[in-house]
Amino acid sequence: MIALIDYHAGNLTSVRKALATVGAEVVVPTKPEELDAVAGVIVPGVGHFGATRALAGAWTDAILARVGEGRPLLGICLGMQWLYEGSEEAPEVPGLGLLGGQCYRLSGDVKVPHVGWNSLAIQQRTSIVEGVPQDSQVYFTHSYVGPVNGDTIAVTDHGETFAAVVQRGHVAGVQFHPEKSGEIGLRILRNFLELAA
Amino acid sequence: MLSKRIIACLDVRNGQVVKGINFEGLRSAGDPAELARRYNTEGIDELVILDVTATIEARRALADTIARVARELFIPLAVGGGIRSEADAAAAVEAGADKVSLNTAALADPGLVTAVATRYGSQAVLVAIDAKREADGPHRFGVYARSGSTNAGRDAVEWAREAEDRGAGEILLTSIDRDGTRAGFDCELTAAVSAAVSIPVIASGGAGGLDDFVDVFTAGRADAALAASIFHYAETSVRALKQHLRGHGIPVRV
Repeated sequence: MIALIDYHAGNLTSVRKALATVGAEVVVPTKPEELDAVAGVIVPGVGHFGATRALAGAWTDAILARVGEGRPLLGICLGMQWLYEGSEEAPEVPGLGLLGGQCYRLSGDVKVPHVGWNSLAIQQRTSIVEGVPQDSQVYFTHSYVGPVNGDTIAVTDHGETFAAVVQRGHVAGVQFHPEKSGEIGLRILRNFLELAA
Repeated sequence: MLSKRIIACLDVRNGQVVKGINFEGLRSAGDPAELARRYNTEGIDELVILDVTATIEARRALADTIARVARELFIPLAVGGGIRSEADAAAAVEAGADKVSLNTAALADPGLVTAVATRYGSQAVLVAIDAKREADGPHRFGVYARSGSTNAGRDAVEWAREAEDRGAGEILLTSIDRDGTRAGFDCELTAAVSAAVSIPVIASGGAGGLDDFVDVFTAGRADAALAASIFHYAETSVRALKQHLRGHGIPVRV
């Protein structure tokens, strides 16, 4: 059973549907205690980093407890940014701090938000990108990004280079939307389920 | 590099695609789910379902259509036509739409843009602008409401800027002058709006041949281009279009 965390940062319909398609059993817990028995946790989300404030306290404790037990965690879009220490978008709201650095707004001579299909430059071959060809295109919609560091698995360019896929052990994140990225996106969700198996 | 998007529009009435369709090999040519599947196989980047009836009965059929299309497609899906309230937007999103397109209702109450953006995020809100050149009017490109029938008394560039400020994630810009003509997109209109906002602009209206798309992505500065009939009639396959664009140095997803 995979827990999909609903903290009212966007609609979960598409993520649920994609997870069902790749064979996941999904629960949307209403209380942090419901995370006790799950095989993995997914934190989706779109919008403002301040929305992750709803995860402070008991939810964060429960998620970190699962991670401490070795269960996999996947952050999608805003959920990936939450894996870092924080974001310039809401400096008063701390992130989970599993990855080092602060998220920041994209800049450069490009349109922001970054909306549409862009390519992945895979830098490290880890389990989350298993079977994902180099230069695969995936669907993004966001204005803020996480910094590139040693946990960066793939990068994307939009005015500058940013972390598109991160992974440290059984903690992974994707800045794009796997639920909207065709077969490549479904493959990445399957890879996550493998981690949870 | 960010790809230029090719978007197919399905005009739907009572659960059936209504613009003429001429695909071979489709069991039911008017079935939106089947057409959506076909486009997906060809490499379409995104789909728009436009409800052209927007009656109460058709609303239920629309929710069913959205659900059937969304069930098997994992690319962005936008829904528009007759979305008049936050409740209408919510119904479309709950049925599986990733984005809702607001037009007449947003002109009447621009606060609706903010309300839907606050609830679902800006990425879920397209503001659709139907624009027309006005030789004698106060605006270079006037905005029209109610499927292009009513002059809204606004300037398209100025309305696009306001829509962005109010929380729109993208602008779906249709040239009334070019719609259905196959004379090419209105690149001047598209470039004027695209230069004025930082959110993506989807150009619509006038697609006729492959070079029209090259023009709208270069001179028109569009981020995406939408077409309906040229894909429905299979005159132009999505794949052939993307190969053509790539040959002209325009980044596309293949």
